[in-house]
Amino acid sequence: MKKILSAVLAVAMLCTCVLMFTACGGNNSSAASDASSKTEAKELHMATNAAFEPYEYKEGGEVVGIDADIANAICEKLGCKLVIDDMDFDAIITAVTSGKADFGMAGMTITDERKQSVDFTDPYTNAVQVIIVNEKDSPVASADDLKGKSIGVQMGTTGDIYVTDIEGAKVERFNKGADAVLALTQGKVDAVVIDNQPAKAFVAQNPGTKILDDPFENEEYAICLKKGSELTEQFNKALKELKDDGTIDTIIKKYISE
Amino acid sequence: MDFFESIAQSFIKTFITDDRWLQLLSGLGVTILITLVAAAIGIVLGFLIAMVRSTYDMQLQGRKCSKPSDYILKVLNFICNFYITIIRGTPVVIQLMIMYFIVFASSRDGIIAAFISFGMNSAAYVAEIVRSGIMSIDKGQFEASRSIGFDYKNTMIYIIIPQAFKNILPALGNEFIVLVKETSVAGYVALQDLTYVGNMIRSRTYEAFFPLITVALIYLIIVLILSFLLKRLERRLRNSDH
Repeated sequence: MKKILSAVLAVAMLCTCVLMFTACGGNNSSAASDASSKTEAKELHMATNAAFEPYEYKEGGEVVGIDADIANAICEKLGCKLVIDDMDFDAIITAVTSGKADFGMAGMTITDERKQSVDFTDPYTNAVQVIIVNEKDSPVASADDLKGKSIGVQMGTTGDIYVTDIEGAKVERFNKGADAVLALTQGKVDAVVIDNQPAKAFVAQNPGTKILDDPFENEEYAICLKKGSELTEQFNKALKELKDDGTIDTIIKKYISE
Repeated sequence: MDFFESIAQSFIKTFITDDRWLQLLSGLGVTILITLVAAAIGIVLGFLIAMVRSTYDMQLQGRKCSKPSDYILKVLNFICNFYITIIRGTPVVIQLMIMYFIVFASSRDGIIAAFISFGMNSAAYVAEIVRSGIMSIDKGQFEASRSIGFDYKNTMIYIIIPQAFKNILPALGNEFIVLVKETSVAGYVALQDLTYVGNMIRSRTYEAFFPLITVALIYLIIVLILSFLLKRLERRLRNSDH
């Protein structure tokens, strides 16, 4: 059994190695990558979950948003072609570690748990986790009230991870943030914990809900890459340039008007 | 990191940390509970529908309605047909979401929605399986039974159903095996079934191998047990053949 298992794992690892080498590796000077760069620009696959307005969402079949625009700007700098793969949020890191995607960008917060599996670039923006409740007769008025309540979250998000630690809380994990908010409006859950920006979009579309004033948690968004990937450094360099010349601010302002 | 060390570590992450094996166990409990209740609803409701459908097929099809009860039967048959068409024509996950977000919009408990939607879904398939069993019994059995004084109800209960049941057992078993696996979409309405727990562990550990393989193996074991029991029942019923 052990032998079979190790054989399977070995094959899987071999595959990821092959994928790693064939993926856009930046300035590889090997003959193979020279040959491929001559034919056309290399593709960089970005794993994301396009249900997270305004960071990434679908507009007419195309994934758009802050993350998509920043990723495009980075790829332009690296001379690669961006391909966006839309998937469930909790599949993104697995896609990156298994080499199915070159990087993951989905309003992803840097956490110690995630750092064990992937490398993060420098953060490109700050975000807060907020609590959405019903305007009328909500049993939750602050983060402290969440104890023992039923709380809706999107599975695998930082909101999910924080809320899971709350004493006696019944956590209802949905595949989409919108489903969690829908459950809130129907009174199936007492509150929803989710990132600030998508929360604003949800509240705007669901009259009768509101965001509590005190934030649940502050955090930083970054891009995740496979551990030890040589792309990380190039991404950081590109991010710094984009920050310095104001491109990132412009992109964020385009989607978020405070 | 050493190769085996990394396997051991992902094993520990998947099962030991935060008592995740206990979560898997409770997920298994939810899966079994949904399956059992849904199967019970499926059998009862499916059986009733099959009765209506096969009675109509045998007594009224191609004939004109002559008495008031014929009209009732005709309407009932139409409703059952409509039900089967709708249920078989739409994916179970959509039916589940409709139950949870629309029909039971004001209820907090997702599991009731799951019981009913999986049960109703199964009923449509069970109904057709049972009907096929009843129709497979030779018409002579009916005629013989009626001529020795059984009425329609007793003919069904004592003559037709016992024979039909033996014929449909493999197909019925098939349906329940499918049902077990269909419940894996219960996570869509935040029910913590086996697949959901596996996904949750995956979202925490960022490991795909152990959570997915474990969940797959547990489903396989449930199905193996179920098929073993069905085989026993089939053999038991075959004893009366000689």
